[in-house]
Amino acid sequence: MKNPKIIKVSGPLVVAAGCGGAKMYDIVRVSEQRLIGEIIELKGDLAYIQVYEETSGIGPGEPVYLTHQPLSVELGPGLIGSIYDGIQRPMDVIRNKCGDFVPRGIDVPALDENKEWQFKPLLKTGQIVSSGDILGEIDETALIKHKIMVPAGVAGEIVEIKEGNLAVKDIVARIKTEQGIKEITLSQHWPVRRPRPVKEKFAPDEPLTTGQRVIDTFFPIAKGGTACIPGPFGSGKTVVLHEFAKWSDAQVIVYVGCGERGNEIADLLLSFPELKDPHSGRPLMERTVIIANTSNMPVAAREASIYTGITIAEYFRDMGYSVALMADSTSRWAEALREISGRLEEMPGEEGYPAYLSSRLAEFYERAGKIACLGSDKRGGALSVMGAVSPPGGDLSDPVVQATLRVVKVFWGLDDKLANARHFPAINWLLSYSLYHDNLEAFLKNNICEEFISLRKRAMRLLEEEAGLLEIARLVGIESLTFSDRLILEVAKSIREDFLHQHAFHEIDTYTSLMKQHRMLKIIMEFYALSQEKLKEGMDFEKIVKLPVREKISRLKYIEENKLQEFEKVEKELRNSYA
Amino acid sequence: MLKEYLTVSSVSGPLVVVEKTENIKYAELAEIELSDGTLRRGKVLEVSEDKALVQMFEGTIGLDVAGSRVRFLGRTQELGVSEDLLGRIFDGAGRPRDNAPAIIAKKRLDINGSPINPKSRAYPQEFIQTGISAIDGLNPLVRGQKLPIFSGSGLPHSHLTAQIARQAKVLGKEEQFAVVFGAMGITFEEANFFMHDFRNTGAIERSVLFINLANDSAIERISTPRLALTAAEYLAFDLDMHVLVILIDMTFYCESLREIAAARKEIPGRRGYPGYLYTDLATLYERAGRIKGKAGSITLLPVLSMPEDDKTHPIPDLTGYITEGQIILSRELHRKGIYPPMDVLPSLSRLKDKGIGANKTREDHADVLNQLFACYAKGKDARELAVILGEAALSDLDKLYLKFADEFEDKFVRQSETEERPVIETLEIGWKLLRLIPQAELKRVRQGYMDKYYPAK
Repeated sequence: MKNPKIIKVSGPLVVAAGCGGAKMYDIVRVSEQRLIGEIIELKGDLAYIQVYEETSGIGPGEPVYLTHQPLSVELGPGLIGSIYDGIQRPMDVIRNKCGDFVPRGIDVPALDENKEWQFKPLLKTGQIVSSGDILGEIDETALIKHKIMVPAGVAGEIVEIKEGNLAVKDIVARIKTEQGIKEITLSQHWPVRRPRPVKEKFAPDEPLTTGQRVIDTFFPIAKGGTACIPGPFGSGKTVVLHEFAKWSDAQVIVYVGCGERGNEIADLLLSFPELKDPHSGRPLMERTVIIANTSNMPVAAREASIYTGITIAEYFRDMGYSVALMADSTSRWAEALREISGRLEEMPGEEGYPAYLSSRLAEFYERAGKIACLGSDKRGGALSVMGAVSPPGGDLSDPVVQATLRVVKVFWGLDDKLANARHFPAINWLLSYSLYHDNLEAFLKNNICEEFISLRKRAMRLLEEEAGLLEIARLVGIESLTFSDRLILEVAKSIREDFLHQHAFHEIDTYTSLMKQHRMLKIIMEFYALSQEKLKEGMDFEKIVKLPVREKISRLKYIEENKLQEFEKVEKELRNSYA
Repeated sequence: MLKEYLTVSSVSGPLVVVEKTENIKYAELAEIELSDGTLRRGKVLEVSEDKALVQMFEGTIGLDVAGSRVRFLGRTQELGVSEDLLGRIFDGAGRPRDNAPAIIAKKRLDINGSPINPKSRAYPQEFIQTGISAIDGLNPLVRGQKLPIFSGSGLPHSHLTAQIARQAKVLGKEEQFAVVFGAMGITFEEANFFMHDFRNTGAIERSVLFINLANDSAIERISTPRLALTAAEYLAFDLDMHVLVILIDMTFYCESLREIAAARKEIPGRRGYPGYLYTDLATLYERAGRIKGKAGSITLLPVLSMPEDDKTHPIPDLTGYITEGQIILSRELHRKGIYPPMDVLPSLSRLKDKGIGANKTREDHADVLNQLFACYAKGKDARELAVILGEAALSDLDKLYLKFADEFEDKFVRQSETEERPVIETLEIGWKLLRLIPQAELKRVRQGYMDKYYPAK
C-alpha cells in the first residue's frame, strides 16, 4: 500500500491520496504535527478529511497517518466533573501541559490513566453474563456510583473478576465468550456517531422538573423527552439552559457548549463547584460533564461535539440513570455542517445548509428517550435532550428551527419583547407548547394534586383571554371594558408578574419546587374566583384591585422551600380580605 | 534564497493562481513582484499539489500574468511586538504610518492567535465605570467583556466610543491602562476625530493605532482587527496591562470578507455573506477576556453600523450571538436631541450580574436596574397608547408611567459629552425617578432596599 499523503489543503478540509483501505468516518492524523481529522468522503484512493484543528502551515506532500478507527470516546470513571473539547480532550490537562491557549496536534488521554479507583465487584467468577450486565461499581463522586458494564456484543462466563484499586486501562474481568476469552478493561471505547443499543424504548411519563415555573407548570418536559428553545440573541437561551443544568432533577447532566461564548463556559466552571444540588445538597459539579467547544475553537470539532456529548450521556443512561443533555447551540453545529459541506462542494439546500441537515438533526434527537437498559437486571434509564437554537434575527422560519420543530416535543419560544422588558424567562406563553401534558397527567395527579391540571388550564385560558382583551383595550381604551374583563386583565397580569416572571439570580426565586408552584398558582386562581364572585355581588372594582393581600401574593415567590406553611397564612388572609 | 515562480496563470479580483508550485503551506505569506518592480503581499488561501491560490492584500491592479514573480515566504502573517508599540500608529497591514521607523520586535506573534482555553478563563467581574448613566446604571461594562455598539449612519457612535475610552476606569484602583484602536474602512475625518481626541487627552501615549482608511485596500482590512488584537494580547497577557480594544467599523470588515468569498465563488449564505461569517467573527471577538493568574485583561468594544438600522442584518445579528450583550443607538432619541442616544431596552450587558452589587457598586444596583427597565418599558407602552387614544384616555397609573418615561430619557439617559457621572449618582437619579411610581407597583425591588432607598431624601 502507498503511503498516504496530502494533495490539497483548503481551510479545515484536507484531501489525501493513497488512502486505499480507509473507511468512512475513520480518524486520521494529518502531517508531522499529527492534527486530528476524520474522513468524510472517499473517491478511489482519495480521502477527504475534515481536520479538527487549525490547518495553517500544512501543505501538500506531508504524510497522513491512518488509524482505521472511527471517532470514539473513552467511557469510564473520571468522566464526571471533567471539561472536554469537542473531541474529548480534557481542557484542564491541556492547560497544565500547554498553558492558557489551546495549541495544535496535542494528544492527551481523555481519562486520567494513573488515577486508581476502588472497584467493588457485584458478580463472581463462574457466573454467566450478557451485554449490559453490571460487573461492579465504583464510587465516582458522592452522587454517582459508576457502574462497570459488560460491553455490547460480549456475553459468556466470567472466568476472572478483580477487586480493589484499578486504573482505567487495567483489566477488571475476563469473560469466556464463543469467540474466546474477552478482556474487559475499566474503560471502554464507543464510536460517537453510533447510538448505544438499548433493550426497549418507552413513552416518557415522568416530568423532568427544572424549578422554572413557566416550564414545569405550563410547558413541561418529560424524563426522556426532547425540547428546543429558539430565540434571538439576548433573549436568554443560555441563562435558561444554565438554570436547567443547575436545577433539573436529572441525576447526570451533560452540558455541551457548542460554538458559544468562552466566558459562559467559564461561568459554569466557576459556579458549579459552589452551587448545591437542591435534591442532594452536594456540589453540582459532582453530577456534571461539560463539553466546551467555544466559537473560536476549530469548526470541525464543533460538528463532533454534540455527538461526543450524547455518547457520554447515553453511557450514563445505560447505567440506569436519568440523564439530561443541554446543547447550546445546535445552530452553531448546523453552521459547522454547512461550512464543511460547502468545502466539499456539495449541492446546497435551504439557506446553504446541506440537504441532509434535517435527517442529521432527527438522528440526534432520536437518541433521547426513556428506555430499558441492556442487561438482565431490568433497570431503566432516561436521556432528555434540550437544544438551544439561534435563528438569524430570531426568525422561526430558519431551516434549523423548522427541522428541529419537526422532531422535538416541547417548544419554548423566546420572545425579545419580553426580554426587553426584562421579563425572564422570556418564554412566550402563547407561542410555546408541550406535547407531554397527557403523558404527565397521571404522575402530576398522583404526586402533586388532583387539581393541578385544571388550575393550569384555567390559568392558560386567562392568559389567552388577556391577549384578546388587550387588543381591544388598545383600540377603544381600557375604560370601555366591563369590570369582569378588567378583572381578567388584573389576574392575568398577576400570573405574568407574580408567577411566570422568575429571577434567575435571586437566591430563592431561582428554583421553585412543583409543590410550591402549585400553591402559588392556586392562590392566584383563588383570588380570581373570589373576586369574580364579589364583583357579581356588587363590590367596588377599584377596591378589589387595591386589596392589600395582592402585595403578599406578589411576594409569594420569595417564600423559602422549607417554609411552605406560610402559604396557609396568605390563603387565610385572602379569604378574610373581602369581609 | 527563496524560489521565484514565474507561473501566474490567472488573476481574478483579489485572487491569483500560481502553477507548478512545490512545498507550499496553507495560509503561508506570499510576495509578488510586479513587472515594474513594486512588491505586493498576499496569503495562500488554498493549496493543491502543483497549484496555489493566493489572495492579494493590496489588490491586483497592474498585475500581469507574464511578468509577475511570486515568492512564498514560508511563514504565516506575523506582528512584531515590544513595549514600543505604545504611542505608535500603523497602517492596516502593520507598517508604520507615522513616519517613524519600524519597531524592533522582541517577539513575532502569529496574528491569528490561538483560542483561550475555557478552563483558563477568569470570569469578568470587575465593574468599569464609564461615567455614562445609560451604561453604568443599566448595562454595566465589566473588564474582559466584549460589548459592541450597534449604530447607524449619522449617529454619534464615535463620540460615545471616544467618551468611553476617555472615562473608563475601575473604581478605587490605579492600574496600567492602554487603548488599542483598529480602524477598518472608516473615513479620514472619522479616524482624525479619534486621533485628535487621543492627542488632546494625552491618551496617545498609551495607545496603539492600526488604521485602514476607506481608500486603503479593502482586502488588507481582513488583517487589521487581527493585528490589533495580537497587539492587545501582548500588552495584556505579557505586559499585564488592562487593554481597551476599539474596532471600528466591523461592517466594512465583513464586506471585505464577502468580497473575497465572492471572488472565490463560494456558496453564499444570507445576503451574500459567507457561511463562515459567524466563525470568523468569533475568532476575533473571543480573543477578549481575562486569564486566571494574569493581571491584564482585554475589553473589546467593536462598533458596527447597521445597514438600514436593521438589527436582524447578518452582521449585527451574528455579532450579538457572540458578544456579551450590545449597546444599541436609537435614531429616535438622537432626533430628540438626547446624547447619548442609547436605546436602553434592547441594549444588554450579559456580564452585569457578577459585576454589580455590594462592594462593587451598591447593593441595590441589580434591583434598581431591573425596576427601571420594567418601568421604562411600561412607560413606552403608555406612550404608544397615548398616540392612538390621546393622553386623556390613559389610566392614572399609565399617566405616571408616561411621565416616568419622559423624565427617564431626559434626566437619566441624557448627559453631556464631557460629563463623568459617578455610578452612585446614577443610582440616586434612578431612585428619584422611581419615586414617581407608587411603591406597590415596584415589584422588582426587594423590600429591604425599598425601605432604605425609596423614602425621599
